[in-house]
Amino acid sequence: MKLSQLEVGETGIVKEFTDLEMSVKLMEMGCLPGEQITVSRIAPLGDPIAIHVSGYQLSLRKREASTIILH
Amino acid sequence: MKTDIKVALVGNPNTGKSTLFNALTGLNQKIGNFPGVTVDKKTGILELNDGRYAEVIDLPGTYSLYPKSRDESIVFSVLADKSNPLRPDLVVIILDASNLKRNLLLYTQVADLKIPVIVALNMMDLAKKSGITIDVNAFAQKLGVPVVPISARKMEGIDKLKEAISHANKIALQADTIDVEALAPQLIAQISDEMQVDNPYFALQLAHQHETLKFLSPAESDRIEELEHEHSFHSSKAQASETIARYSFINDLLYDTVHQKATAHEETLSNKIDKVLTHKTFGFIIFFAILLFIFQSIFAWSAYPMQLIADLFVWAEASLHKLLPPGPLTNLVADGILGGLSGVMVFIPQIAILFGFISILEDTGYMSRVTFMMDRIMRKVGLNGKSVVPLIGGFACAVPSIMATRNIENWKDRMITIMVTPLVTCSARLPVYTLLIALVVPNRNVWWIFNLQGLALTGMYIFSLISAVTVAFVMKQIIKARERGYFIMELPVYRMPRWKNVGHSMYERAKTFVLQAGKVIIAISVVLWVLKSYAPGDRFEHIDKKYEQPQYSGMNAEDKQLAISSEKLEDSYAGVLGHVIEPVIKPLGFDWKIGIALITSFVAREVFVGSMATIYSGNEEKIESVQQKMHDAKNPETGQPVFTVAVAFSLMMFYAFAMQCASTVAVVYRETKDWRWPATQFAYMTAMAYLASFITYHLLR
Repeated sequence: MKLSQLEVGETGIVKEFTDLEMSVKLMEMGCLPGEQITVSRIAPLGDPIAIHVSGYQLSLRKREASTIILH
Repeated sequence: MKTDIKVALVGNPNTGKSTLFNALTGLNQKIGNFPGVTVDKKTGILELNDGRYAEVIDLPGTYSLYPKSRDESIVFSVLADKSNPLRPDLVVIILDASNLKRNLLLYTQVADLKIPVIVALNMMDLAKKSGITIDVNAFAQKLGVPVVPISARKMEGIDKLKEAISHANKIALQADTIDVEALAPQLIAQISDEMQVDNPYFALQLAHQHETLKFLSPAESDRIEELEHEHSFHSSKAQASETIARYSFINDLLYDTVHQKATAHEETLSNKIDKVLTHKTFGFIIFFAILLFIFQSIFAWSAYPMQLIADLFVWAEASLHKLLPPGPLTNLVADGILGGLSGVMVFIPQIAILFGFISILEDTGYMSRVTFMMDRIMRKVGLNGKSVVPLIGGFACAVPSIMATRNIENWKDRMITIMVTPLVTCSARLPVYTLLIALVVPNRNVWWIFNLQGLALTGMYIFSLISAVTVAFVMKQIIKARERGYFIMELPVYRMPRWKNVGHSMYERAKTFVLQAGKVIIAISVVLWVLKSYAPGDRFEHIDKKYEQPQYSGMNAEDKQLAISSEKLEDSYAGVLGHVIEPVIKPLGFDWKIGIALITSFVAREVFVGSMATIYSGNEEKIESVQQKMHDAKNPETGQPVFTVAVAFSLMMFYAFAMQCASTVAVVYRETKDWRWPATQFAYMTAMAYLASFITYHLLR
């Protein structure tokens, strides 16, 4: 399951990434395998989304979220 | 001044780095340039407790030493390049205590470069509030570096930090973090050997970043590339395994030194605020209300201080004329230079007000929500959520708005925003449009309530927004970005703005504008002033003599003066230039007199009205008289009126597109630090202006 498929309020645990280059950036920002991610909101126009991860809030586009595979 | 040690501030974005920088250096700051990037180099002087002085440099906020943008690439090149004059003797790394895990990633990277480090642990109060207890002593011991808990906002712990800086070691004592060599053993060994590098992490960084590092020669960079192939080194893969290794080190460290109380996961205040501010309907309503408020204040409220500044300069010019003996030098100082200076100073209220607002929006965390909400629409046309503020600000004035684009992290988005912002109808175009519309559009209502003149003006405003968006879309396809566009962005917790920072940013921006863009603006205004105040040969004397003749003695003094200024402007160098460009602008419906107005209004668009007044011997104070004279103006060859509907709209189109603003050119140069950007912008806007005017003129003729 991809992060982009979660609804607001749903939670998942990061398993792996499909885009190596993007994964480096995501991990630097605290999105690591094993971390719990909660979708906190979706932008009014449907994209991007805001997620809650390791104690803070990140925003990313759906296309970027789709590179994160959850358990 | 000569300083004893150099200190660099390094940290993640939103950790209070700038607040700490201000706390350490006060108003003792200098803004300069890093070569090749758009971010400002902020340095300041800090007096240490033992009487020595430290030079503090505020490096751009970054999450990692691997840069995702050009601005971030500065951090590594300053820290690592031994020949860089900015290379610090000591790094103060600021960590957000409430978010240590992610913050420590950058720490471990910097620590492995083996530069002496001090940790400033900021936001301890926030950490405490969210149930985090940090054993500072154990933490410091594990890292092997001094750790100073501070609160930059409340100015707590700053003295302790100063003390730690003055006692800092000259050699790096920090404990190792990860086994760097294990990441690429042979490659690191060979680079270290061939390039005489003694630090394995520096060698590894060279492998990753050699393509963009300016301190490597092309030969060295090629050699590293060769070595990478030889050892089949994959940069992204190596970065990924390094990051994972670093986080595992960090987890161990935090396990022993930090305890998080398991609190019931209650909804935070920030989340509640977000529910309203990024709401489907209220979110946009609130955002547009804020935009409207900002627009109103830079459009309308700044008019009072601006008028005050302008009046002050008029008074100063008059006083100088009284004080100094009459002559060309007095004219140059009083009219040319002081006039130019007035043109610079008059921007200060708008810049200060806009930056006051922007700094509040940034400081509270609202700006990143704006980006979050607007991203989807804006990215379609190649802009960024944050481009909205400069674009709307452009309706008041492009100068502060272009300065405001520096909040846009993505280089390409920022350049496009800078390129299109001057297309938006700024307040300087308003007098031009009102004059021309009043001249040719009948003042009557259609469909009862819509005034035709009002409709024409509204049309110009909407048209400008459409053209800005269209050009942005075209530029999105043309401009090549070297960096990949990410949108992964932190949404910081809402906080109260720090008023001191707000005031600071207003002051700094105004000062930078006056000092850096001011020179160009004054230079251009002086040139234009000379063009319209001097004539080849003794033409001006002839005019003066002509009006001394008896047949003019019946004229009243005011009319005579207006007639003299009119003839002088027509005979001046600007007039000569007007004749020179006439063949070029004739296809647009303009004669050489309009040419004079085009040339003189390059200093600022509203000058067009004043030039028209002078040319047609009208009094600028009585705009109706100018309109009447322009209305009556006839083409001497054809006997037809000069200002037909076609000519007036062609002129408006010209002003809608042309870069008729010396200050914008200067500020674009200052923000892009490369003459090619303002030159390209000037060229494309002039070309579009010409084309639009040409089409308009021939359609309406």
